[in-house]
Amino acid sequence: MLMTVAEAIIKYMQEEEGIEVIFGYPGGAVIGFYDALHNSTLKHVLVRHEQGAAHAADGYARSTGKVGVCIATSGPGATNLTTGIATAYMDSIPIVAITGQVKTSAIGKDSFQEVDTRGITMPITKHNYLITNPHEALRIIKEAFYIAKTGRKGPVLVDIPSDVFLSKIEYSVPSKVDLLGYKPNYDPHPLQIKRAAQLIKEAERPIILAGGGVIASEASQELIKFAEKINAPVVTTLMGKGSIPETHELSCGFIGMHGAAYANYAINDSDLIIAIGVRFSDRSTGKVETFAPNAKIIHIDIDPAEIGKNVNPYVPIVADAKRALERLVEVVEPKINAMWWEKIKEWKTKYPLRYRMSNDIIKPQYVIERIYELTKGEAIVVTEVGQNQMWAAQYYKVKRPRQFITSGGLGTMGFGFPAAIGAQIGNRDKIVIDIAGDGSIQMNIQELATAASERLPVKIFILNNSCLGMVRQWQELFYEKRYSCTLLDVAPNFEKLAEAYGAYGRRVEKIEELDETIEWALNINDSPVIVDIQVNREENVFPMIPAGGSIDKMLID
Amino acid sequence: MQHTLSLIVENKPGVLARIAGLFSRRGYNIESLAVNTTEVPHLSRITLVVKGDEKVLEQITKQAYKLIEVVKVNDFTGVPVVERELALIRVKSDATTRRAIIDLVEIFRANIVDVSDKDLIIEITGDSEKIDAFKKNLEPYGIKEMVRTGKIVMERGLKLY
Repeated sequence: MLMTVAEAIIKYMQEEEGIEVIFGYPGGAVIGFYDALHNSTLKHVLVRHEQGAAHAADGYARSTGKVGVCIATSGPGATNLTTGIATAYMDSIPIVAITGQVKTSAIGKDSFQEVDTRGITMPITKHNYLITNPHEALRIIKEAFYIAKTGRKGPVLVDIPSDVFLSKIEYSVPSKVDLLGYKPNYDPHPLQIKRAAQLIKEAERPIILAGGGVIASEASQELIKFAEKINAPVVTTLMGKGSIPETHELSCGFIGMHGAAYANYAINDSDLIIAIGVRFSDRSTGKVETFAPNAKIIHIDIDPAEIGKNVNPYVPIVADAKRALERLVEVVEPKINAMWWEKIKEWKTKYPLRYRMSNDIIKPQYVIERIYELTKGEAIVVTEVGQNQMWAAQYYKVKRPRQFITSGGLGTMGFGFPAAIGAQIGNRDKIVIDIAGDGSIQMNIQELATAASERLPVKIFILNNSCLGMVRQWQELFYEKRYSCTLLDVAPNFEKLAEAYGAYGRRVEKIEELDETIEWALNINDSPVIVDIQVNREENVFPMIPAGGSIDKMLID
Repeated sequence: MQHTLSLIVENKPGVLARIAGLFSRRGYNIESLAVNTTEVPHLSRITLVVKGDEKVLEQITKQAYKLIEVVKVNDFTGVPVVERELALIRVKSDATTRRAIIDLVEIFRANIVDVSDKDLIIEITGDSEKIDAFKKNLEPYGIKEMVRTGKIVMERGLKLY
């Protein structure tokens, strides 16, 4: 049966990939696609800016484990997607982005709304395509999904000229993907597993470092089993938050620039790091030359290029986290590590996460603690980027994978709210909150219209300190308090802004109103809601290891 | 240290841009580059000369493998190979210098491929050192123009050790 490429792609996505929703914004080059969509049952969420579509697809993917799909038109539509694609790329999130392109005969002529989308997105996608032959469309779309969701996951972009969308083709999907140069390795090498087990046996101060890879490979249960068997403390990276319940007795928080002091002390004093699905980013390690100086490293990662990129492992294991952990659990001998635990408990008592409570001003950390209590630790927590992100990470203890959603690698302000929209669409029955700052929330505030029209009860809690807090903090600490362009003295009235979009809004100025307003917001189920909480401007995120510094440079408070 | 890498890639549009982009954004310098088809129609070979220590080379190799269209990466460092470059050199030449230049051409087994009253075009193939040496010998006569290909290599069939 002949159908247009647009129709075939929609049919393929629904029937073969089980895609239930896509996020997008129409435009000239994708009218053909939207025309086909008009007659289909595929749900489309109309965002108000293409960047929102990419982040929403990303938030949907992070919160559900499925592939997120977004679509935008050529030129500015595609360039608006790029921040979202780069965000997904840095955190290895599987999304497929479809972009329209000018018609085949107009390519390369600086036509209206033409941009070299494939060229622009080459360094921020796992792979990308420009379809010039309609008969290759289904093979390419199949490959795109396959590449996005296998191996080290990531975004794949497919650029489709407007005339290709409308070309008639036979609906025939190749039975399998055949890519000569792409064969991800999932199974760990038995010899390396044996060597790892030996190191674990010999270690006196072992620690497990779990990253986003544990979540991507759905290896949380295996991680916990493994940790329990060798009774090792588990720290995570920011991306690994949720790989083990943070209330679990083996959990020791997250490491890095703003990680708990005890987490950083523990990893730096360890003699063996079992690193799973991490890439030893600069924000996690600080000065890499002095990071965990006495530790041997077992590095498990699906991406061979991560092995030896930032640190030199003693035992490299290129494998899927889940399979590697399954093998490891079988071969390791149980351990106690009594002396080691004594030391860790001492750090935990001596250096807990803490802040100075106040009775007359609202402390942002206190807000997160209250949200944590009032949501019983069950909410899906999405964050913007900056201080709000770090406080959310520090004070909201998550219980399960895919519960904490944050832009770790790219650090994209404006990510949180559209990502929360995606998360809410993928999790209708759960409470989804966006922890925001007054800076970040204004970067994609237009998505209030999206959330309002979809009747999504996303809860935005703005920790409003009237400044770009994280940069202000750096200026205070490292630039002699020269607050260049970081004080946002003129801000919108967020309460009224929410109402203008048909959402709910409230402002909290007194600490006594806080609980009641959080409860009010949590009970709203038919519309987005903004709670604008006035917190103190001078509050800083501690602990802090200054960029590129060693642990001995840590500022505790 | 210099390394010669050979990448077998799928012959698809944009593949060279992917490789070039990867090298530039990761800060690897390409010293020499040659791209052409192979005996297999849908595969191309990209021969690259890059500088870097073992660690850099390992990363380059792994990052190159991450590109979906890269099928195979070979490092020819320390492997017995036949390596060739080709150069066309336009050198000043008149009746007084022509004989001396022809002597050089014979010594280096190069070829004169074009003659005018003011200059000669000489074609030479060989490894980089040979071409460098030939060029140096010609310099006193005045090199007006030189075009040089990237290096190509092929592993020797006979393993001596």
